[in-house]
Amino acid sequence: MAEVTQLIHHYLRHNKRFPHVLCPGCGHGIVLGSLVRSVHQLGLTKDEVVLVAGIGCSGRIAVYVDFNTVHTTHGRALTFATGIKMANPRLKVIAVMGDGDALSIGGNHFLHAARRNIGVTALILNNNIYGMTGGQSSSTTAENCYSTTSPYGQQEQSFDIVELAKAAGAPYVARSTVLHVKLLDRIITTALERPGFNLVEVLTPCHTQFGRKNKFKTTVDMYKWYKKNAIPLDSLSKLPQEEQQQRTPIGIFVEENRPSLEERYAAITCRLEEASK
Amino acid sequence: MPTKVKKNHRKEERSLFALGNEAVVEGALLAGCSFFAGYPITPSTEIAEIMAERLPKRPDGVFIQMEDEIASLGAVIGASLAGRKSMTATSGPGFSLMQEHIGYASMTEVPLVIVNVMRGGPSTGLPTSPAQGDVQQARWGTHGDHPIIVLSASDVQECLDMTVRAFNLSEKYRSPVILLLDEITAHTREKIQIPNRETYEIFSRIKPSMPPEWFVPYEESMRGVPPMPALGEGYRFHVTGLTHDVNGYPTSRPEEVEKLMQRLFRKIDQFFYDIQIVEETACEDAEVVVIAYGCVARSAHLAVLQARELGVRAGLLKLKTLFPFPRPAVERLIRQCRTVIVPEMNMGQMSREVKRVNNGLSSVRTLNRIDGQIITPAEILKVLQKA
Repeated sequence: MAEVTQLIHHYLRHNKRFPHVLCPGCGHGIVLGSLVRSVHQLGLTKDEVVLVAGIGCSGRIAVYVDFNTVHTTHGRALTFATGIKMANPRLKVIAVMGDGDALSIGGNHFLHAARRNIGVTALILNNNIYGMTGGQSSSTTAENCYSTTSPYGQQEQSFDIVELAKAAGAPYVARSTVLHVKLLDRIITTALERPGFNLVEVLTPCHTQFGRKNKFKTTVDMYKWYKKNAIPLDSLSKLPQEEQQQRTPIGIFVEENRPSLEERYAAITCRLEEASK
Repeated sequence: MPTKVKKNHRKEERSLFALGNEAVVEGALLAGCSFFAGYPITPSTEIAEIMAERLPKRPDGVFIQMEDEIASLGAVIGASLAGRKSMTATSGPGFSLMQEHIGYASMTEVPLVIVNVMRGGPSTGLPTSPAQGDVQQARWGTHGDHPIIVLSASDVQECLDMTVRAFNLSEKYRSPVILLLDEITAHTREKIQIPNRETYEIFSRIKPSMPPEWFVPYEESMRGVPPMPALGEGYRFHVTGLTHDVNGYPTSRPEEVEKLMQRLFRKIDQFFYDIQIVEETACEDAEVVVIAYGCVARSAHLAVLQARELGVRAGLLKLKTLFPFPRPAVERLIRQCRTVIVPEMNMGQMSREVKRVNNGLSSVRTLNRIDGQIITPAEILKVLQKA
């Protein structure tokens, strides 16, 4: 325990006025813990890590950690991250976004960051709802779920973030829930190690806005539902066909090696420099 | 063996037969711009195209075409935070998309340059015709109350000079600077002089000199402009578009909010005379003064000279800084003369400012054109003769 506390004090900002803004039972703190452990395990210095965050509950976690932190506009975290990475490729750029942030308002930027393969680790904290704004539908709110803007049940289909990232060409795509912390630690560490665009989707409960409206009596019920519903990718195929569609696979979906945009750009500048000599 | 002398073109002054847009690129490179992110839009596209060719050839130069204008300015802000002198170029509709990020850059005090080559509007409007319809958008386009610096240019050489100036002001005052051009200025080809680097005073943002533990990112000071470290230099701090305290953390305490907002305004107000530039022609004894900017100022220049030949005591005040509005210069001439004429290619966006300053002192006449055509010297001359 003492070791954990030391780690927390090393990475949290001592001059920030606490408490934090997150509700009891929220999973965002678990993701932050996982991120800090990954950074620590890889031996990255606090100076070389840039944490870029969007707007909403997930956006606020950037305030608490002692990295270079940029709290951007709604949905545009990846555009800022792109500028930072291209301006200084030595920095380890991490973008933390919510589901509304990354896929509704920022959907276009998400697709293009994946297509470009810019060297950014994107963490999407998916709680299927707009939490801070007061529980409106997001593009990952499942069909027939209730929210303040779908009082009669959501009529639209929801996005599958993993499928979207795969289609857009992201070379590393992984998903975990905040209940599967060991897996979460592992996939975030791998993502941080790799060049190019790495996507990690984290399913994290929002009991305050999502759970209460959708018949989860307590926060614990939501975690239990994650436990029941999430299934490791390699166990999925062992299930009968109709049950497969009910469950959410977790694990690593894509792991390919492709040169990142900043590497390809550096190759061009090198070639031009050679030619001018 | 004699040492090989490497030819360095940049050291020499050279002349170029260039487009206005091309001169903007030359100016930006002279000022030390090493990052450009943009999205193609007529009539600003040449800036991106020439940047795409030039920047990768320079050490550390980065060009990136983003998916839209919102993303472009986002990337520019990111790059500037990472220590680069950065810019983007766009036109009316793209400029509208950038507004939220202009507010973000004002709030977080990120230096950057936005070139807006104005085109006819509203909406898709007249993509290839000149207009001056974005003057008030440049001033008030983003939400919230905030100071901003807006410059303009009326010929190709000025495109270069004002771009250098835009970078200098943005770095000096940690503020976004908008350079407003019109389609005519951007697409006119003229011979210009590209001076060597030493001719210009090039200003770069001041970096903190204290040890990182002592660094307070948004500290009050005499200048009101805090030093700015680049990301990754050891000064870790929080950047946020939320109203923040001196440490950069979100706050809504009235005394801290007030302090930040007052400082943002003060840093521009305090250095007003450094930012304000106007150019006067034949104003000493003028009874009728034309106040103009952009390509219209060139028509006005000829009209004023012709009017003088006809015995009208005419003068021209060319505005190179549009905002903060050069009130002292305008006010002085208003007091001196009988009539002020404000010709512009909109329904009166700058004459509104002049009238505000005028306050009934003399008569203000407007000459407006919104059909995508230039205001000719003859038109201005006609009004001058009647005034």
